[in-house]
Amino acid sequence: MSNLLAGIVALPLAAALPALVWPVAGRPLALAATGLTLAATLLLLGEVAAAGTVTLVPGGWTAGLGIVLRADGLSAALLAMTAAVALAATLYAGRYFAGHPAGRHFWPLWLLLLTALNALFLAADLFNLYVTLELLGLAAVALATLAGTRAALEAALRYLLVGLLGSMAYLAGVALLYAAYGRLDLAGVAAAIGPDPAAAAALALMFAGLLLKTAAFPLHFWLPPAHGSAPAPVSAALSALVVKAAFYLLLRLWLDLFAPVAGAGVATLLGALGAAAVLWGSWQALRAPRLKLLAAYSTVAQVGYLLLFFPLLAVLPPGPAREAAFGGLVLLALSHGFAKAGFFLAAGVVQRHAGHDRIAELDGTVQRLPVTSFTLALAGVALIGLPPSGTFLAKWQLLSGAIGAGLWWPVAVVAIGTLLAGAYVFRLLGHLFGNAVQPAGRRLAGAGEELPPLLLALAAAVALGLFAAPLWELLAPLPAPGPRP
Amino acid sequence: MTLQTTLPALIVLSSLLPGLVIFLLREEAHRLRTVLNLAGAVLKLALVGVMMWGVFQGAAYESRWTLAPGLDLVLHADALSVLFVTLSTVLWLVTTLYAIGYLEHSPHRSRFFGFFSLCVSATVGLALAGNLFTFLVFYEVLTLATYPLVAHRGTPEATRGARIYLAYTLAGGTALLVGTVWLRAVAGPLEFVEGGLLDALPPGLHPELRLIFVLLIAGLGVKAALVPLHGWLPQAMVAPAPVSALLHAVAVVKAGAFGIVRVVYDVYGVEFAHQLGLLAPLGALAALTIVYGSVRALTQDSLKKRLAWSTVSQVSYIALGAAILGPLATIGGVVHLVHQGLMKITLFFAAGNYAETLGIHHVSEMNGVGRRMPGTTLAFTVGALGMIGIPPVAGFVSKWYLGLGAVEAGAAAWVLPVLAASSLLNAAYFLPILHRAWFRPAPAAWPEEHIPARRLETVGLLLWPPVVTALLALGAGLLAATPFSPLDWARLITAREYAP
Repeated sequence: MSNLLAGIVALPLAAALPALVWPVAGRPLALAATGLTLAATLLLLGEVAAAGTVTLVPGGWTAGLGIVLRADGLSAALLAMTAAVALAATLYAGRYFAGHPAGRHFWPLWLLLLTALNALFLAADLFNLYVTLELLGLAAVALATLAGTRAALEAALRYLLVGLLGSMAYLAGVALLYAAYGRLDLAGVAAAIGPDPAAAAALALMFAGLLLKTAAFPLHFWLPPAHGSAPAPVSAALSALVVKAAFYLLLRLWLDLFAPVAGAGVATLLGALGAAAVLWGSWQALRAPRLKLLAAYSTVAQVGYLLLFFPLLAVLPPGPAREAAFGGLVLLALSHGFAKAGFFLAAGVVQRHAGHDRIAELDGTVQRLPVTSFTLALAGVALIGLPPSGTFLAKWQLLSGAIGAGLWWPVAVVAIGTLLAGAYVFRLLGHLFGNAVQPAGRRLAGAGEELPPLLLALAAAVALGLFAAPLWELLAPLPAPGPRP
Repeated sequence: MTLQTTLPALIVLSSLLPGLVIFLLREEAHRLRTVLNLAGAVLKLALVGVMMWGVFQGAAYESRWTLAPGLDLVLHADALSVLFVTLSTVLWLVTTLYAIGYLEHSPHRSRFFGFFSLCVSATVGLALAGNLFTFLVFYEVLTLATYPLVAHRGTPEATRGARIYLAYTLAGGTALLVGTVWLRAVAGPLEFVEGGLLDALPPGLHPELRLIFVLLIAGLGVKAALVPLHGWLPQAMVAPAPVSALLHAVAVVKAGAFGIVRVVYDVYGVEFAHQLGLLAPLGALAALTIVYGSVRALTQDSLKKRLAWSTVSQVSYIALGAAILGPLATIGGVVHLVHQGLMKITLFFAAGNYAETLGIHHVSEMNGVGRRMPGTTLAFTVGALGMIGIPPVAGFVSKWYLGLGAVEAGAAAWVLPVLAASSLLNAAYFLPILHRAWFRPAPAAWPEEHIPARRLETVGLLLWPPVVTALLALGAGLLAATPFSPLDWARLITAREYAP
């Protein structure tokens, strides 16, 4: 059954090529590919839950030379989230780009983006990870230009340069490691790596590149304009998935590769950056004049929460407390993926119907778009981290781990961040649910446009909060995360 | 899947599911919405009846759902939860009828009743919560469900009131969250245990436990409107009358007070809390709130604002009861949970009737209203006399037990003057209203007469709910000594809390 791994990468890729040649068929091809990919990832989830790690070595090449695909609980969970968000965004994009010239270019790029994401989550050696990271960055930049406005092109250009810089730094790190240890597969390098200068330099280069790509404070400057000006389905994918992929890689390297090199200092530094991101991102979201800009700054803040987990994982001894915290970290990444994708897609509906997304002028939107307003409220609940959302459960684990580890500053950051998030979400809701009379018009947008974001928001705000318990079992067979003795 | 493991969950779902369906209904689907509302309310009442009988017989009900390893959502029935669940279920039924009459012609009814049902589901959930984590979850859901109700009218004033409400409750929720996580890290799963679960912890942890208690009470005190965390309550008065009734008698304020009772008795244990020296400051805060709320109520001309300040004062009787060590004070505080609810909901229903029928919003406009609306005003009178503590209305029973408890605990020197001062102040702000309503001549014209007097003084669905709740308040006082009265349950609860 390990052919599932090949299928997950091959399905979107196989659809991308005909979509490029034959743009009219882009939408049905993408629907078929994302639907089948979702089914495959769900099967994979079951398999990983039963068997632990699943590995595929195509062509029988030995490790160290060929392409090896490998899935454990962490990658399977992120693959499933990616597939679900991708399917919803594909359904939505059909309506969004209907009759729009940018639609021609959207489908092949979109499928390429999904290919790159899936391959990145499954790649098991440093060079393949580089290739997928680069492919992902290029597809994302191309998609970000689709809005065609001057602001979008400027933002996309900056996004491109930042992405290239990040990949270059990563590649330089890979080169250093290869020179020092003569291998590229994660497991092989991990077995050989020790606390020597080459490894330290590689760690610095690779982490700097990935922090740039994941928009960690203060390297987040490129994100709000790029995510805020792209077409809605693209913004959703950029914030929910692409940023998450860079973060996944950071986490993967920290856990599996650099454990003997990275001391508590690295984890504390990552945590400190996370704390600054939570405060700064939330504050900027509170001041954001536009809906999509608010969502983009909120992503900066949410990435900060993810980084806050690092110092806990570095300090907590192996055991139930650390496993609980690790599950919280993954749950937060998943919940944010669903919530932010739902939020951006719903923001797109608001923007299309109002003709703008200036928050101060959205009073009374609920009268014309009740479902979409409700979606924004639900996604907002998940962004704040109130129960019954998955984010709440994740924050509980973050607080619990921090208190267990005797770290009090993350507790203060989470408390302040929660209040700031409450302020920026309810500032928006105050406008949406205000009483100003909207000019008469079509009351409802189409179901194709309003249902996908609603389902995403429900997944984040309810389903992941109530039904996430198996996640901890899925992650449990992971090798003990964190620095090895 | 026996009744023992599903009943508490069913009780929550009996209002949650109809509420979710109501969200999807069109505005015009008046009959279907009413049927769903009432079906949910009656079904819940029946289920609670079954559970009450079972608990009385000694049966154990517990629904458990694992959210994460070691983190369970637990709903269970003990004597205290049955008391609060019964109160909220009975009053929900009455309030639903009242709200149907009240909102007959206003917009956004599906949204309103949807959130109304969510609000009650959250209240019932926190009443049945079997551990502090579950309580926290429903406490926060309650915040989310009531915000749209406060903001319902969408006017700038309503939006502002709702924003203030939210700022207070989100801050309180965060304090409660941190306190709960911290306590769980120190003491484990925090399942509510009659008599408390912390006294076995080593003495080295006592300073930490004191700090956590402060965090928990700060979080709960926001909803319970303890001074100085009460600022949102008078602002939230912009909500429609059924919402105010629910907020003040059943849901929000009561959730805070109920939480304080849970933390003092079933987490810390009242004797252990006393040993840590935590009860005296809590009692002082409650006493301050009781007197301050009454003083502020004196000067309010707006009827609903006067009632709101009166709530600030009256709810703290519950915290006061929890802060005095001894079974008699406990009985007084716990029974006031029910008694205050019955009396306050009556007063708010009556205030809503004056506003809807005659356009009366201020005390100064109430001259002679007793002859125009005798049923409503009689109900109001029963509620007001009960608040003052005049026998045989229920409020007297609460104050009597609080006073006895203070004597028993040797705290008479400061509690009795507080009770006396509060009763005098209550009389000073309620009696002038009664005097105006019954004895002053009516003006030539009412401010805005919306509903003319026919056979009844106002619409039946507005008139009967306050009459029923006034009778309940009277009955709870008159029949206090009979089995199954609120006082009887409060004795049962107290006997279990102080069991060796």
